[in-house]
Amino acid sequence: MTSIKEAQKQIIEDFKLLPAWSEKYEYLIELGQEITPMSPDLKTDDNLVKGCQSKVWFHTRCDDGILTLEADSDSLIVKGIASMLVKVLSGHSPQEVLDANLTFIDTIGMSQHLSSQRSNGLMAMLEHIRKFASECTD
Amino acid sequence: MSKPISSARADFPILNTQINGNPLIYLDSGATSQKPQCVIDAICDYYTHTNSNVHRGNYTLSVRATEAHELARKSVQNYINAAHDHELIFTRGTTEAINLVAFSFGEALIQPGDEIIVSQLEHHSNFVPWQLLCQRKGAIFKLLPSDEQGELQLDVFQELLSSKTRLVAVTHVSNSLGTVNPMDKIIPMAHAAGAAVLVDAAQSVQHIEHDVQAMDCDFYAFSGHKMYGPTGIGVLYGKESWLEKMPPFQSGGDMIDYVSVEKTTFNKLPFKFEAGTPNIVGAIGLAAAIDYLDNFNQEDLKAYEDELLTYSREKLSAIKGLTIYGNAKRRSSILSFNVEGIHQYDLGVLLDTYGIAVRTGQHCTQPIMDRLGIDGTARASLALYNNKKDIDTLVEGILRAKKILRK
Repeated sequence: MTSIKEAQKQIIEDFKLLPAWSEKYEYLIELGQEITPMSPDLKTDDNLVKGCQSKVWFHTRCDDGILTLEADSDSLIVKGIASMLVKVLSGHSPQEVLDANLTFIDTIGMSQHLSSQRSNGLMAMLEHIRKFASECTD
Repeated sequence: MSKPISSARADFPILNTQINGNPLIYLDSGATSQKPQCVIDAICDYYTHTNSNVHRGNYTLSVRATEAHELARKSVQNYINAAHDHELIFTRGTTEAINLVAFSFGEALIQPGDEIIVSQLEHHSNFVPWQLLCQRKGAIFKLLPSDEQGELQLDVFQELLSSKTRLVAVTHVSNSLGTVNPMDKIIPMAHAAGAAVLVDAAQSVQHIEHDVQAMDCDFYAFSGHKMYGPTGIGVLYGKESWLEKMPPFQSGGDMIDYVSVEKTTFNKLPFKFEAGTPNIVGAIGLAAAIDYLDNFNQEDLKAYEDELLTYSREKLSAIKGLTIYGNAKRRSSILSFNVEGIHQYDLGVLLDTYGIAVRTGQHCTQPIMDRLGIDGTARASLALYNNKKDIDTLVEGILRAKKILRK
């Protein structure tokens, strides 16, 4: 299993090859297409992340001390953002997820586009995941 | 001789900005307009040469600041043709102006069982204050519905009106669909039932007719920042007869006449409603924006913006899979749309990478979005500095984004 640090490094390396904004977004959209499609019955109100302009769902499971994430969105870009979080955080222990220092958002050069914009819900997604992770450690 | 509208663009320095390596195409003036150099200069000049507090100093600077502030009120009076300058109250913006009426009119004049009619086209800021007032006072909130085209249903309105209707709150121009509501019908109908009318003019005062006496509205609210002025300043116009009946909204300095432990009496209009140090520079910036607008022939301006909107609708509707929302008989400056199979958020983000600024989402108008069964739109909103080339660039941008988003 790739560590959180390695997964972030991979994303950072990939984005380095894409200087233009439009290319970064195209790549983000591709990332979203790569994740396993979410089953429609998991798109419940409980799994819906509040605070985004588009709909985004996170299904979180905690089995044998491992956190598994699934995500989907009706926006391709938001789905791409969600898929980066899945790639980086899914398959690790809740404590590792809580301790993770997520540097990739700033490093891929999209922080002004991603983290400061309330509308894409990146912060709300992270909060959703962290809340579940801390319930899981209890 | 009035200034040609084609020369306006050069007056707005921000329009020379590059965004993500492309020239800025600003199509979000419905959210806030850009500011001409003369407004920026007026603000700078005030702080450089005049700054001091108003209505209280005996020294030269304070007299100058007071004069400039009250001259700004006169400018607003002339611009909207109010009968008296004391009928103009400076507020933070449209939202505060509406909240002022919802509070003060509500306190004095709304009883349990009274009715307030609010249209389905309203921005949340002309919707929620009335809901809250109804909850506070045990009054009844009634919805004036819109049809599928974004046109208010006046036959239903007639049925909703009764001897219990105290107030009708309606926008002049819908901020999400661009509908121009027929004030010449709505206001006389409401008055015939004995109800007052509050007009939300945030999207109309800078684009179409804005004569409050001709309209005969009771209240008229708008913001400076959507009409080429600064943020943080807005105006409530109210007929003197109503304002005299209403208690103060906020209390503090400037709004009082005499204060003692036993009793406080209040200052006369408009100061009764202006507690605390006002946004002096905001008022001065707003007056500069009005002076700027006065350079243009108002009929030319309307014709220019109407033609640009017609051009935009033609060009955008030629894009395959694009739906325009809002097909009312009369429309102004706003164009809402979606492209089949594309989330408006994605479209907005990609347009930004090409330097094009549009607004996406529900535009603070969930009631009409629910009515249309959509979860949002992309919205291009126009101002006098936009031109057909901006629209052509928008169309190219949508086509480019479509290629990426519909792979």
